[in-house]
Amino acid sequence: MHPEPHEHGPDEVPHTHPEPGVDPHLPLDGGPRALRIGIGGPVGSGKTALVAALCRALGDELRLAVVTNDIYTTEDADFLLRNGVLPEERVRAVETGCCPHTAIRDDISANLDAVEDLEEKLGPLDLVLVESGGDNLTATFSKGLIDRQIFVVDVAGGDKVPRKGGPGVTTADLLVINKTDLAPMVGADLSVMDRDARARRHDLPTVFLSLAEDKQATPVADWIRGLVAARV
Amino acid sequence: MSLGALLLLADGRLPSGGHAHSGGLEPQIANGRVRDVDGLAGFLRGRLATSGLVSAAFAAATCADVGRSAELDAGLDARTPSPALRRASRAQGRALLRAGRAMWPIATIGREPHQPVALGALAAAAGLTPAEAAIAAAHGTITGSASAGVRLLGLDPYAVHALLARLTPECDRIAALAAARSGDPVDELPAAGAPLLDIGAEHHATWEVRLFAS
Repeated sequence: MHPEPHEHGPDEVPHTHPEPGVDPHLPLDGGPRALRIGIGGPVGSGKTALVAALCRALGDELRLAVVTNDIYTTEDADFLLRNGVLPEERVRAVETGCCPHTAIRDDISANLDAVEDLEEKLGPLDLVLVESGGDNLTATFSKGLIDRQIFVVDVAGGDKVPRKGGPGVTTADLLVINKTDLAPMVGADLSVMDRDARARRHDLPTVFLSLAEDKQATPVADWIRGLVAARV
Repeated sequence: MSLGALLLLADGRLPSGGHAHSGGLEPQIANGRVRDVDGLAGFLRGRLATSGLVSAAFAAATCADVGRSAELDAGLDARTPSPALRRASRAQGRALLRAGRAMWPIATIGREPHQPVALGALAAAAGLTPAEAAIAAAHGTITGSASAGVRLLGLDPYAVHALLARLTPECDRIAALAAARSGDPVDELPAAGAPLLDIGAEHHATWEVRLFAS
C-alpha cells in the first residue's frame, strides 16, 4: 500500500497506489453473452476510426457487432458501412436526446435494448463495441452496460489532457492516446503525456496509437483479444 | 398507496429511456411551430389534452386491472395511427419495464408493451392506485417534452418550470378525468388524437439527422 501521495521522479504528478499489483475488477463473466466494450472520449479524438480499425482487425476472428451513439444518429453508422468494415445488420444507432453521457451512464436502457436486439437477431456474439457520442473528460460508461471501457484522447487536443485527468482518463480500463503522427506538427510532447497518464492511472494501461499508420489498431486489438481469451 | 413510490415513478431520473424522446417536440421545433416558451406552452397544453389524456386513462386502467393489459395494449395501437409513434411508445414501454422489473415484481405483460400499459403495470406493482398511475402518466407527458425544449431551444429552465407549475391544475384535472374512467370498456376509453403529432412523427422518423428518438 502507498496510501500517501508520492512521486517517483522529479517531474511526476503526486499519486497514490491503493492496492498496487491487484486488478480492481471482478473477473470477467464467462457466460454466453458477448463481451461488451465501451469506447468513449472527446469529439474528434478518433473513436469511430478506432471502431472501424477494430472491425477490420477482429471482424474475421470474432463474432462482432457495434452500437453507436453519435449525436447525429446515423453518421457513425454510415461511416462504418461506407468503409465496408461491417455489414449493415451488425451496426445499430441509438439517439441520445442531446445527452450522450446520459445514454451511456445514467439511463442505459436504449443501449441495452440495442445490444439485446443485435444478439437476438444475429445469434451469439463474442464482442459488442458500444461507441459513445463525443463528450468531455468526465464521461464514463455504466458497469450495467459494459464490461470494460476504452477512453480515446488525441495528441492534437493538447498534451496536457492526461494531466487534467477526469474520470475518463483516470478510470478507463484502457487509455488510447491517438494521432501520435500529429505530435511534431502540434508541438505535443508524447513523453509528457506518457508520464502524466502513468501518474493519473497508476497500473491501468495506456497505449499510443496512430490510426493513420496502424489501420488495424494493433495494440488495442491485442488488448481486446486478451480479454476475450480470458473469458473462455 | 405510497407517495415515495409515486415520486420514484414520476422522477425524470428514472432510467426508463425517456431522456431520448421529445414527445413530438423536435419536429415541431424544426418546422418553426415552437420557437419560445409561449410556443412550448401551447404545445404542452395540446399534448396534455390529447396524448396526455389517453396515456393517463390507459395507465389508470392497466393499474386497476393488469389482467386487461393485452386488451388495453391493442386499444392503444388503435389510437396511435402513426407507426413511428407506435414504435416510440413500445420502445419506451420496454425501457420502463426494464427499470420497473429491477424495482418491483411486475406482472407478465409482454416484452414491449405501450408505455402507458407498462406504467400502469409498474404502478400496480408498486402498490399505487389508478389515480396515481394517471397523474404519473399525465405529468410524464409534459415534463419530458419540456426538458427536450430546454435542450433543443436553450430555453430558460426557470421559465419552463414556471410554465410546468402553471400547468399543474390542468395536469391534475386531466388525470382525474382519466382515473374516473379506469374501469370503462377499452373501446369507450378516451381516444383524443393530434394529427400534427402523428404527421410530425412520421416526418421525423425519416430524418437523416435527429437528436431525439421521437
